[in-house]
Amino acid sequence: MQITSPAFKQNARHALDDAQLQKALGNVRGGFIDKRQKAVDALPEFDALRDSARDIKNHTLENLDLYLEAYEKQVTAAGGHVHWAETAADARRIVLDICRMTNARTVTKGKSMITEEIELNDFLEAAGIQPIETDLGEYIIQLRGEHPSHIIAPAVHVNKEQVEADFRRVHNHLAPDRDLTEPETLLDEARRILRAKYFEADVGITGANFLVAETGSSIIVTNEGNGDLTQLLPRVHVVLASIEKIVPTLNDASQILRVLARSATGQDMSVYTTLSTGPKRNGDPDGPEQYHVILLDNGRSSMLGTEFQEMLRCIRCGACMNHCPVYHAIGGHAYGWVYPGPMGAVLTPALIGIDKGGHLPNASTFCGRCEAVCPMKIPLPKMMRHWREKEFERGLNPATQRYGLGIWAWFARRPWAYNLATSLGIPVLGMLGGRNRRFSWLPLAGGWTRHRDLPAPDSRTFRQQWRERDAIKQGALS
Amino acid sequence: MNATSDRPKVGLFVTCLVDLFRPVVGFAAVKLIEDAGCQVDVPMAQTCCGQPAYNSGDRADTRAIAENTIRAFEGFDYVVAPSGSCAGMLKKHYPALFKGDPAWEARAKAFSAKVHELVSFLVDVRGMDRVTAANAGAVTYHDSCSGLRELGIKGQPRALLSSMAGTEIREMRDPDVCCGFGGTFCVKYPDISNATVEQKTGCIEASGAKTLLAGDLGCLMNMAGKLKRQGSRVEARHVAEVLAGMTDTAPIGGKG
Repeated sequence: MQITSPAFKQNARHALDDAQLQKALGNVRGGFIDKRQKAVDALPEFDALRDSARDIKNHTLENLDLYLEAYEKQVTAAGGHVHWAETAADARRIVLDICRMTNARTVTKGKSMITEEIELNDFLEAAGIQPIETDLGEYIIQLRGEHPSHIIAPAVHVNKEQVEADFRRVHNHLAPDRDLTEPETLLDEARRILRAKYFEADVGITGANFLVAETGSSIIVTNEGNGDLTQLLPRVHVVLASIEKIVPTLNDASQILRVLARSATGQDMSVYTTLSTGPKRNGDPDGPEQYHVILLDNGRSSMLGTEFQEMLRCIRCGACMNHCPVYHAIGGHAYGWVYPGPMGAVLTPALIGIDKGGHLPNASTFCGRCEAVCPMKIPLPKMMRHWREKEFERGLNPATQRYGLGIWAWFARRPWAYNLATSLGIPVLGMLGGRNRRFSWLPLAGGWTRHRDLPAPDSRTFRQQWRERDAIKQGALS
Repeated sequence: MNATSDRPKVGLFVTCLVDLFRPVVGFAAVKLIEDAGCQVDVPMAQTCCGQPAYNSGDRADTRAIAENTIRAFEGFDYVVAPSGSCAGMLKKHYPALFKGDPAWEARAKAFSAKVHELVSFLVDVRGMDRVTAANAGAVTYHDSCSGLRELGIKGQPRALLSSMAGTEIREMRDPDVCCGFGGTFCVKYPDISNATVEQKTGCIEASGAKTLLAGDLGCLMNMAGKLKRQGSRVEARHVAEVLAGMTDTAPIGGKG
């Protein structure tokens, strides 16, 4: 997908002006947060589990090479194939090779942000292979020619009237007078349409929530069961996952699963937790004939050993964006690439470059709610600040900002100059504040006064007044 | 003469916003700290905690400002700031800033250990459980982000407000959600900041309170500025003004 992160400000403006989007975002503000809180309140050991989940991933990342090799060995022993993809292009080529090898015409897909990251759908279509999204949200946005605006609720920006219109437009072989006014009727129709596609598909592609080194298993969690049909019915199952999805053991995976769904949707567990280990074995009633795993790096290994390593603990639950006031205001598309919200503000610059993704870690109030709810305790604001430091070091932030900051810092570093300037400037500003004690406009303060008044200062600074009080006290004593 | 030497020496970190925009908060802080049995002084070598530089990625300037601040407050038993955000910077971020620096790490840690936000200092350190001020009427309290999430300030201001006769706390919906100020954020991304503060003023108005209180002047100026632009009659004050009974000054952004 085209990267529009450099136009973040314009994207945000459009999002704020989009009444229908604003209505949809109201659902994020409400539902997700309350449901998570209820689930957390019902589990006294939730915070201890977060510590444990963090420790498991930290240990894994410290020994990533070891666990990836162990995982490969187990996959191979189970009859599967592991492919290593350094870049998005490598991963696309490997998928295409597998599809060509099996003469695939259509491919069903479970929900996978990695396939968004590598722009797989466009690539497959260009190669004459039809990808079909089977997650309902993904299916809807595929019909609309859009990209996900949320990592676990890809169509959260769409309302049901829009879905109805899309279904009528695309499913035009069905009776035009059918009732599609309720979510259930929409779901039924999507289910009927998709059911046939599962059987037609030659290859099923899924992502992975976990890769287990101990057993060579991949694990996906879904609420619709579409992942199971995607990976069981076609002849070939391809798992596309990035390298940091690895955990050492099944026990580790199950620990993290306890915080995943609670953080994401407030469920104790997702409806389906599906493990797959290799292709169909002798005696298995069903399953794919071939099982491939593509392990994608695409910039992640270069985060190891840096101040951004902790980001690789992320399990893509979406809690950070569900609790983010910036995401609430503008939704996911404004971020301009695959990963929105606080996790995107840290990950995106690492994957597309801080020169393109610079706005994202800047567009945060550092309110800290993301870190407070992150099940993996990732210090997201701290890492956004690290990106700002990189930006500052490379001189990438706007000249006006640097200039303003430079002047301010010059005074802040010199208390005598700061005292002098403020004791001269504040009385003037205080006088200009007039009887209303506020400004509705002030030169150089347009960023503030465009939307709100600026409270006016007093006639003198605190320090001026304090010194006078001190002088009076001293006079009284002498 | 009372034995001032027995009383802990508190250095007031005024914060640049209080110094420049709302001195009454500084005087209210001094009164409350004195009421809590401490003696207060205000070192003149302080300026700002350095957050604008720190959050803009400018570590060199931040360090220079931090070194000044640490030097200015080394003789005090406590350093108290009427702001969760600035206190959070001094307490949580200064040590990180000097990590691994043999000359400064220990000094920064010793300094940070003495730092407290005003209201939590009164309640948690000095054991204050009531104030003498009264009649603040119907108030609502916004939990500023850094104070809440970095320093755990939530119950303390409410406890002291509850001790005041003629005062009723009317909780707003989502008191713990950011007001959209975010320091330089509000001028770098004014449209997003505006959407956030609009949500906040909606919650404030719906609470039915006559007065909005918070522990951070930055957030208060943002919320008060929006309330005034919207023509609201809700008045905004720093919580210290109300706790100290120093409400003769016009509210933040003026009356009406």
